[in-house]
Formats: sequence, structure tokens, C-alpha cells
Amino acid sequence: MSFLDKLFGKKNSADSAKERLQLVLIHDRTDLTPAELESLRDDLIATVSRHVEIDVTAMQFGMEHDGRTQRLVADIPIKSAARRRASSSRKPKAR
Amino acid sequence: MTAQVITVTSGKGGVGKTTAVANLAVALASNGSRVVCIDGDIGLRNLDVILGLENRIVYDIVDVIEGRCRLKQAMIKDKRLPNLHLIPAAQTRDKNAVSASDMTRLTKDLRAECDFILIDSPAGIERGFKNAIAPADRVLVVTNPEVSAVRDADRVIGILEAEDKGPGALIINRLNPSLVRRQEMLSADDVLDLLAIELIGIVPEDEGVLIGSNRGAPVALDPKSKAGEAFRNIARRLKGEEVPFLDLESGSSLWERIQKLAGRR
Repeated sequence: MSFLDKLFGKKNSADSAKERLQLVLIHDRTDLTPAELESLRDDLIATVSRHVEIDVTAMQFGMEHDGRTQRLVADIPIKSAARRRASSSRKPKAR
Repeated sequence: MTAQVITVTSGKGGVGKTTAVANLAVALASNGSRVVCIDGDIGLRNLDVILGLENRIVYDIVDVIEGRCRLKQAMIKDKRLPNLHLIPAAQTRDKNAVSASDMTRLTKDLRAECDFILIDSPAGIERGFKNAIAPADRVLVVTNPEVSAVRDADRVIGILEAEDKGPGALIINRLNPSLVRRQEMLSADDVLDLLAIELIGIVPEDEGVLIGSNRGAPVALDPKSKAGEAFRNIARRLKGEEVPFLDLESGSSLWERIQKLAGRR
């Protein structure tokens, strides 16, 4: 890896190999494709939104690994009740 | 005392399974252990040439299983190390000539006669691989610090866990220390981080391995070879000894040390 490559922010190939493998191994181990993961994320958003109002833009969603165990981690910020009341003056319709 | 059955496997072909078996066998036998190695790669036998025993084959593993000879008759004794034996694979048959229970029965008969039974598994995750791991007490997974070998090793480790063979212990083979220092090759730590299993050895890339194969004299017989030393250390670990890992990744040349001091690497 030359000095110029570093200057222009080109990554070492070992780093690329590791990052790519991390993703591939998660999919191999869980048998979930990126598309399936995406659809799981959408379902999760829809389900949670039925109960509370969430901030989808600040949401974190992904796979993490702990040794050889895979973990689905979702961090979903909930909009505060006060802010919700302020933003919607009308009372929500009773269901 | 009954022998330990150790199967060496990898998923991907060409990462050095057969070389690892040959070297571990030679290293264990030089240390006084009684070793029998079994070539599990039916139809593509190679362990005989790597060990330099190809001219002495009369019977093979399929002859034993199909009752054409006694087990003892198929065991080729190594002239350099009288306590090392090889049971060769059949060259003209395929994997279907052997079943998992055949392998278990064969090793059961051998266990009383030796200290270590090393099985060289074929590449892949099909029948030959399943046969090779069936009798194993311990599985060694060989990989190279390279994307496809690591990915395949992970698949194999997953299957070993699913089949209750334990996660296995990892041999990282053909590590090139200077490429690792330039960060153009996965380091041993990177591979361990990805695969998350116990490490039992790191073997540096060494032209002596090829030269040893050419001659039918595994590099573990050469006291000066670095790869040979790494294999001898793995053999000692298999016997339960605590042996520190070789320091392969720190800079060896003066120029590399200067660069390291200057913070370039």
C-alpha cells in the first residue's frame, strides 16, 4: 500500500477482506439475504408503529455477532408523548 | 491407553490439509507417539506421495472395508519412523465405497494399537467429509488468511457444531508475515476474530513445504524450517503441552523495524 493510496483514503486490502467477510459470514450463518433482512426491518417498523410513534430516521437496525452467535439488534427511538401531543393537536381517533 | 482420533478438514480444497496431516503425523511420531494416518480422500489419494510412501502400497482402505485384506496388511510402515503408519485411500473407487460406520469401525479396531489416528478429510462438505468426521474425537480446521478459505472454514465449523463435533480447533496455514505487515493479508487475529474458535497453530508460508512434498519428506522433519517448527508446535499442543505461538508478524528486517519505529506501519 503506497503513501499516495493512504493519502487518498484508499483502504488496505486486509481491511476490505475483513469487512466483506464479516457481512458474508452473517448471511451464511443466519441464512438471511440482505433483501430478507430489509423486509424484516420494514415489518418491524410497521408492527412497532402500530403501538408507539417511532423516529425511523434515527433507528439502528442490523446484525451483530458475539463469538459464533448472531444477534439481531434494533435500536428504535420512540418520539416523546409531549412532542407527539404538540405536533398533532387533534385527538387520535379511537379504534 | 486408547488413541485419539483427529480429523483434519477445511471446506475449501488446496489450503494444506494433506500437508498438515503429513507434518503432524511425522512430528507426533518423532516425539515417540504411535501414529496411524488414514487418507480419507477416496479416488484422489495424495497423502501417500506427500509422505513418500507411494511405492509401497499393496492394499488400501477399501480393501480393508470390503474384506480383501486384514487391517494390518493395509498399514504401510514409514521406514524413517517405525511408529508411523499410513492406510492409503483407494485410487480407483469413489466416496460411496466407504460409509461413516465403516470409518467408525476401522478406527475402533485401531484405537488400542496407537496413540493418534489422523484422518485426512477430502475437500467439500459432502459424503467424504461426513465419513472423515464421523469417528473424530477432535477436528482440526485448516484455513488460509484469504476470503474464500475463511468463508468455507466458517461453513465447516457450522456443520461441526450442528453435528455435535465441537467447533474444532483452527490451523491458519500459509500466513505471509510481510503481506500481513503491509496490511494486504488478513492477520491471524483477523481470522480468529471472524471464525471465533480456538486456535491451535499458525503456519507461515514457506517454500520448504513444497520442496518437502517434492521429495516425500514433510518439512516437520527439517529442524531449520519455520513451517516445520510451527507444525512441531501443533503436535506438542495436541499432546496437551502449552507452547507459545511463533512470533511471525513483527518486522524481521532492519528496514521494517526502522519503519515501524518511525510509525509508518
